[in-house]
Amino acid sequence: MALRLRTRAESRSDTPRFTAKLTFEPIADPTRRKDFAFVATGPLSVTELEGYAAIVTTPQENLDQLIASASTVVQVSSLNHFQPGHIVSIEPRSGMILTIFRPESRHNVIFTTERCNSNCLMCSQPPKDVDDNWRFDEHLRLLSLIDEDPQFLCITGGEPTLMGDNLIRLVAEIGSRLPSTNLQMLTNGRTYRDAGYVAKLAAVGHPSFISAIPLYADIAGIHDYIVQSPGAFDQTIEGIYNAADYGLPVEIRVVLHKQSVPRLRQLAEFIYRNFPFAAHVTFMGMEHMGYVKKNWETLWIDPIDYMPALEAAVEILWQRRMNVSIYNLQLCLLPKSLWQVGRKSISDFKNEYIEECGKCSVREHCAGLFTSQVGRYSRHLHSL
Amino acid sequence: MARTDFVDITAFLPENPRTGLLPFRFARFDQNRYFLSNDVGDYAFLTPTDFEAFVAKKLDPNSAVYFDLRAKNFLSDDRASVHPRILASRYRTKKAFLDGFTKLHIFVVSLRCDHSCPYCQVSRQSEDRHKFDMSVEVAHRGVDLMLSVPSPTVTCEFQGGESLLNFPLLKEIVRYAKERNAALGKTITFVACTNLSTLTNEHLDFFKEHDVQVSTSLDGPAHLHDKNRPLSRASSHALFERSLRMVQEALGHDKVSALMTTTKESLSYPKEIIDEYRRLGLTSMFLRPLNPFGFAVKTSKAIGYDMDRFLQFYKEALDYILALNRQGTYFSESYATIILEKILTPFANGYVDLQSPAGAGLSVVVYNYDGDVYASDESRMLAEMGDTNLKLGNVLKNTYDEIFFGEEMQALAAASCNEALPGCSDCAYQHYCGADPVYNYATQGDLFGHRPTSGYCNRNMTIIKYLISLLHGGDRDIERIFWSWVNRTSKAQVELPEATWL
Repeated sequence: MALRLRTRAESRSDTPRFTAKLTFEPIADPTRRKDFAFVATGPLSVTELEGYAAIVTTPQENLDQLIASASTVVQVSSLNHFQPGHIVSIEPRSGMILTIFRPESRHNVIFTTERCNSNCLMCSQPPKDVDDNWRFDEHLRLLSLIDEDPQFLCITGGEPTLMGDNLIRLVAEIGSRLPSTNLQMLTNGRTYRDAGYVAKLAAVGHPSFISAIPLYADIAGIHDYIVQSPGAFDQTIEGIYNAADYGLPVEIRVVLHKQSVPRLRQLAEFIYRNFPFAAHVTFMGMEHMGYVKKNWETLWIDPIDYMPALEAAVEILWQRRMNVSIYNLQLCLLPKSLWQVGRKSISDFKNEYIEECGKCSVREHCAGLFTSQVGRYSRHLHSL
Repeated sequence: MARTDFVDITAFLPENPRTGLLPFRFARFDQNRYFLSNDVGDYAFLTPTDFEAFVAKKLDPNSAVYFDLRAKNFLSDDRASVHPRILASRYRTKKAFLDGFTKLHIFVVSLRCDHSCPYCQVSRQSEDRHKFDMSVEVAHRGVDLMLSVPSPTVTCEFQGGESLLNFPLLKEIVRYAKERNAALGKTITFVACTNLSTLTNEHLDFFKEHDVQVSTSLDGPAHLHDKNRPLSRASSHALFERSLRMVQEALGHDKVSALMTTTKESLSYPKEIIDEYRRLGLTSMFLRPLNPFGFAVKTSKAIGYDMDRFLQFYKEALDYILALNRQGTYFSESYATIILEKILTPFANGYVDLQSPAGAGLSVVVYNYDGDVYASDESRMLAEMGDTNLKLGNVLKNTYDEIFFGEEMQALAAASCNEALPGCSDCAYQHYCGADPVYNYATQGDLFGHRPTSGYCNRNMTIIKYLISLLHGGDRDIERIFWSWVNRTSKAQVELPEATWL
């Protein structure tokens, strides 16, 4: 079941976007209230509202009175998807409430920027060339609000390294505030071509930081075409070597589609021969978001048709004792020999199972589907 | 905003790139194939037609064969600039065995031995002549030299004669090395090479306490072993079997390995030899030809054979070993495993007799009982036969620099790189092979040697080509078996696993 992370609300305030933690219980000490958005589930009295970052509420009769006594009041039609302890960003002008951190989830991300220096054919989050440097302050604010180190945290974008030195500060801040969190970053690795930048990032000394870098072919022209950027292949390769030189662990990611599948075996060998130090290699089913719909004819191949190539590529890496995984593909499509490396990889908030899955005996071990995939999936999908 | 004016693939894969050849070597492999390799171990097969198009730079730049050659660094074009970085990283990785300088330090603690093997490469002395024992002073100075090399890991190997016949000195070397190393923090691996005939529980207790590994010799079933390795007082094989069980029990099966030497007699018994190893719970063997050194030269009429005969024996034995593996038994041949590591993996291999630069002096050094230092076991043997040309110095008379950087060592080093040896420099199998100036000197009287008549070349070229032909003979099972040897795991562990939750 997909989770709702984005709520359009009625708001009557002109304050800029801010971040707060949700509480359903009133907070007695008014000095602590500035970090919290109070989610009022019942009728409100105006007396107890002072000092909160925001009041989130269903339609109230005395709304005007509330607004007079609290800085920001956000009125939503339903509170059902809000949970205490979740951290939200509220844009009072537009009324947008974004859930940006859920303590119980394994899939929390820090969304660094909408900008990217690549423009991949299958990008699920098409980049926008906007100045969003303001996000950095929000990240620091978010980190200050997290109570307990989550097990996992992922820095994503856009291309996070476009933050420049702010990214290095961000990684350092995560390391000191959440020392036991496993930190991953999705980056195309092109900025890592600058060894000086890699040296600074490595100097942070984060204990678990890993860079997940995509490589779509063993041939520059094919990789560059897929990421729509001449020279990207060479930059990424140099970047991976720079990361290795400075002791930064690297995961290599391959998204599976019609353009990357033809040389999958050769790519697996290429990865082993040239990057045997890679901590992890992942083959990923494609998410049907963003550009994918636009480039459908260029990209779509029914996964069942690339299984022989995928099995061969995984066996090559397994045989060579590389740590290899398959993400986002359903067990009914994978030959049994690949079940052990199939992971339940799809983030909880966009993970679905279709009706057919209801009678499947291995559903609990299956990645399921992306919400966005429903209606456009393999002809071979069936219960086991 | 989003940039949806996507560019077609033809813009990234132009029709007429400028193509350049990167350094490679080649040979006609068989009727239908050329074999190409480069300095980092990448290799490819090409049909004669494709090979000619490749060297004439007339391959279709968007064909699969062009892509393969480009991905393996055989050619470059103006669509890429990254080959030098890839090759540099790969080359550094392949030559990493050079890091830290000489890592294997062999101490000949005594020349005395109770066996009288006709192929012995060491001038064995009878057991009671203590003047052939290493002194404590020499031992200490050897340890000092060992701990002076830059490498953070060193191996201290005890040889003879029979190393256990001077057990007090073996113990003293371990004690002294550990004492001196306390301030240095190197990782020292101790290995005792012994025929096991005099093994006692006292030895085993010491090995266990100090994590000393055991390297021993087994030539086959009793009739063959006892013929190859005569012992006057008893059956060598019977003593060996008793002691091997004791070692396996006390130290674990992974702490003991055995070497096999092939005599003329052995040539008739490949299966029996392998089955004997298996019967004794050993899971690998090293099929070695006779060395052209020591006693073996003098007795070559009685026990010798030519290299081609050995290679026939090697192939028979390897085929039998492969058949065992096909049936699910894990059993590996060590020499093939070393070569396969060079062919299949991007990593360096630390085996000193198949390296370039050669291991002699650069990877291994021998401290003889009398303090003389040699670049290898074989050059020590030459000295025992009166030729001291390859002596690097003496631990009591020479400094570290005089020993490791003296004239003798420099003469050896000059002949140590197969990249620059006549007959090797353009060999397609060079990367998987090595150089052995001491072998050249002993067999051909010249450090550089003559490849067309070299037993070293014949042996390695034949085995390398045989392994490559097996790998590419279209039998996936052989590929899995070879990977299981390289990984030192069962074939089942090389195959894709069943889900643990099933």
